[in-house]
Amino acid sequence: MSANLALILALIVPLVGTVVIALLGRWPNIREAATMITAISLFACVIRVLIGYTSGEAIGIEVVTLYEGLSISFNTEPLSILFAMIASGLWIVTSVYAVGYMRGAGEKNQTRFFTCFALSIFAAMGVAFSANLLTLFIFYEVLTLATFPLVTHKGDDKAKAGGRTYLGILMSTSILFLLPAIIWVYALTGTLDFAQGGILAGTIGPAASTVLLALFLFGVAKAAVMPVHSWLPAAMVAPTPVSALLHAVAVVKAGVFTLIKVVIYIFGTEFLIDVPLESIAVYIAGFTIVAASSIALMQTNIKRLLAYSTISQLSYIVMATMALAPFSEVGAAMHIAAHAFGKITLFFAAGAIYVAAKKTEVGQLNGIGRRMPITMAAFAIGALSMIGVPPTAGFVSKWFIIAGAYQLENYFVLAVMVVVTALNAAYFLPIIFNAFFKPEDQAPAKPHGEAPWTMVAALATTAALTLLFFLFNEPVLELEYSIVGGKS
Amino acid sequence: MLAHLPILQVILPFLAAPICLILRKPKLAWLFALIVSAAALAVSGLLLQQVYAGGVISYELGGWAPPWGIEYRIDLLNAYVLLVVSSLATIVLLGAHTSVQKEIEAHKQTWFYSLYLLCFAGLLGIVATGDAFNVFVFLEISSLSTYALIALGRDRRALWAAYQYLIMGTIGATFILIGIGFLYMMTGTLNMNDLAMRIDAVESTTTVLAAFGFIVVGTSLKLALFPLHLWLPNAYTYAPSMVTAFIAATATKVAVYVLIRFLFTIFGESYSFGRHPLAEILIPLAIIGLLSASTVSISQPLIKRMLAYSSVAQIGYIVLGIGMGSALGLTASLLHVFNHAMMKGGLFLALAAVTYRMGGSEIGHMRGLARTMPLTFWAFVLGGLSLIGVPLTVGFVSKWYLILAAIELGWWPIVIVVLVGSLLAVLYVGRVVETGWFGEPEKPGRNEAPPSLLIPLWILIAANFYFGIDTRLTIGVAENAAAWLMGGGSGL
Repeated sequence: MSANLALILALIVPLVGTVVIALLGRWPNIREAATMITAISLFACVIRVLIGYTSGEAIGIEVVTLYEGLSISFNTEPLSILFAMIASGLWIVTSVYAVGYMRGAGEKNQTRFFTCFALSIFAAMGVAFSANLLTLFIFYEVLTLATFPLVTHKGDDKAKAGGRTYLGILMSTSILFLLPAIIWVYALTGTLDFAQGGILAGTIGPAASTVLLALFLFGVAKAAVMPVHSWLPAAMVAPTPVSALLHAVAVVKAGVFTLIKVVIYIFGTEFLIDVPLESIAVYIAGFTIVAASSIALMQTNIKRLLAYSTISQLSYIVMATMALAPFSEVGAAMHIAAHAFGKITLFFAAGAIYVAAKKTEVGQLNGIGRRMPITMAAFAIGALSMIGVPPTAGFVSKWFIIAGAYQLENYFVLAVMVVVTALNAAYFLPIIFNAFFKPEDQAPAKPHGEAPWTMVAALATTAALTLLFFLFNEPVLELEYSIVGGKS
Repeated sequence: MLAHLPILQVILPFLAAPICLILRKPKLAWLFALIVSAAALAVSGLLLQQVYAGGVISYELGGWAPPWGIEYRIDLLNAYVLLVVSSLATIVLLGAHTSVQKEIEAHKQTWFYSLYLLCFAGLLGIVATGDAFNVFVFLEISSLSTYALIALGRDRRALWAAYQYLIMGTIGATFILIGIGFLYMMTGTLNMNDLAMRIDAVESTTTVLAAFGFIVVGTSLKLALFPLHLWLPNAYTYAPSMVTAFIAATATKVAVYVLIRFLFTIFGESYSFGRHPLAEILIPLAIIGLLSASTVSISQPLIKRMLAYSSVAQIGYIVLGIGMGSALGLTASLLHVFNHAMMKGGLFLALAAVTYRMGGSEIGHMRGLARTMPLTFWAFVLGGLSLIGVPLTVGFVSKWYLILAAIELGWWPIVIVVLVGSLLAVLYVGRVVETGWFGEPEKPGRNEAPPSLLIPLWILIAANFYFGIDTRLTIGVAENAAAWLMGGGSGL
């Protein structure tokens, strides 16, 4: 199989999977097997693309020309490989987890759930492998629409309200800001292809490019920079597997991924450095980091706390990207991976607690570590990664983000990183402490142990990944250095 | 035979209309009308092909040479509009039998097909002819049959809606006639080409200015430009479902064609936009219409009426493109003429299916549609996405070009207006979709529309996506036609 074919298959496999899963609704076990087979073959395809890319095979396909100079086409580069690897790899784990969760929690409409899930992954692959902004935009919108039935899965009034906020913010920002930004770029340059070094240099003045940057920053609401972040807490009404893979990994990473792509391949970092007000983007992201962490500190619901933590962590990536130092760009890419492993573990743990103990609030977690030791140990690892303590993944990316801050002597970035580490510690450590060392407030009506084994296996795996990424990040690092033109 | 295609295009449905009445049996009349409109569709396909191959076709009616005789003149622009009108008319007719059986009284059903063909012939005539007076004649033919078609609605308010449209439509047609009369007075000719040449010599006269004014206002009435749109919501709401689908997809589009033909071919771009503040008049009206009609449609309890207001808003987009007075703007307008026909045709057919099963198209009838009529529901969702302008749909193509045209001119406020317009579309489409998805149906269990309604519906929905991806035909034609109208290009 050539790498090009693998790229095509990476898009076709989840799409075919979607259809097959939808048709197998009557036989849940075969349906879940279909999900697993789809996820595993997708991951294999992505690996084949990666091998092809590192060995220098030419990879790129054009599906159809839409209008003059614009086509739906796909190719790959280090960032897209990374994003695709994470989304498809974690999909396997999440599928195992989701089977346990959906059955354990007795959710309805499971066929619709697994169908939309596969469709969302298809959209995420499309975003990852887009060769131009238009293709990316198309799949970005598909991702919004495909996740809507997942967010509103429960179908009650709360889900409906959450769904409205979700769709309302994501759609309106993409229509009002992102679309005009894209058309503007096209009007200026006549192309939308991602190119090393950017395509905008010399076509747009400094003032206008500030406006354009702002349109992108707020148009890509999936990156959840304040004030366009509120869809993410709203999306927490979804079943936990959705929050875990989509709203901690695939959807939100599609957002920051888009922003990094725009900064590196549309603007070009060298061009952006000369844009006078560019640093405002750094301040906005920095503000989001601190503000979202402060809000997280006040949350009582576990999933909402994790959502605000995600908003904060996403802005690490945005801030690092906008800081424009070579190390920061690498740090941003690394944090896509690091945050994914840690946050999915945290959500998995929250879901396991919900299924096993029906608990959703932070205050109910006293002493739960003794009943669910594996779950809470995994939670602790995920939390340490959020804080950025070695030996976890979060430390690696934080290292590079801070190194980048020194590279450009950007002390604002440095200060933000220090403050937010303290904030993260302030809201995660008490949870861990209470879970393990405080006695239970009252014994549960029905004594419980760990959640179903599939869920425990999944969260143990991602916790292990969080630790392993600390030790074995060299290949990823090597790969990502090339987005800034190699180690220098 | 091939040489006579231009007249065949019009005469075929025209002669077939009375034959429908002789056939008496509704089903027979339907089959016959369907065959005739399919033939008309084939003719327009051939015409477009001929224009592509050999350039402008000039057909002398009865062998009388223009400008004395009546000339049918087919260039890229009207070949394209002919194709739009005849394909939409044929697809809608495909599902007409089922819906008409339920919505129109038995003894009036053959009348429906007869009037339908007559209206169809009128619309084709307006587009095909190269003679200004002929435009008026065919306009009256199509309008009179439309009034009757609307009045076929079972709801008694249909009569009132038809009457309202009759008054407004007649005023519009009269204005157009007065305008044409003035032009004839000044130039002594009715042939459009001839008019275009002779008008230069007299263009500074007040009479030509008056003609210009009358024609612009008259056509604006027919195409329902804000604030002359008042007839449209009632007419669309109370007409039988199939009539709404047909006229929404074709009639206003033809009126847009007439406006473009007069502004660009006869008066010329430099007269229309250079001498007069036409852009300054059209653009504010288009914007107000677009925003106000979109806003009003959000709160409509009757979904048919909601889509009617949405049509007024979409006309705003089309006029906006015309008002820009640039080739790119005109391209966007021409694209949207076709694209809007597809989306609105599809959406109104979806409502026809809902009406067929649920007995109406109020928001309450949409409750739980995702479970009771999933195929109809998903068709509505996809058509709605096209209306919003989601990528891969035709709506996105139109929007893309319209925004590109506005950016080219540096008109940033217009960009914002267009975007806010699609945001409002999210709201009004979203409301229906939400009701269909979350609502509890009155009667649970599947109650899907029959295939005869689903097939034409899904043809149009598929077209929304096909032409959203493969844009060679639509963009190719629109770009060339626009370049030619602006005085460059070859018309091919």
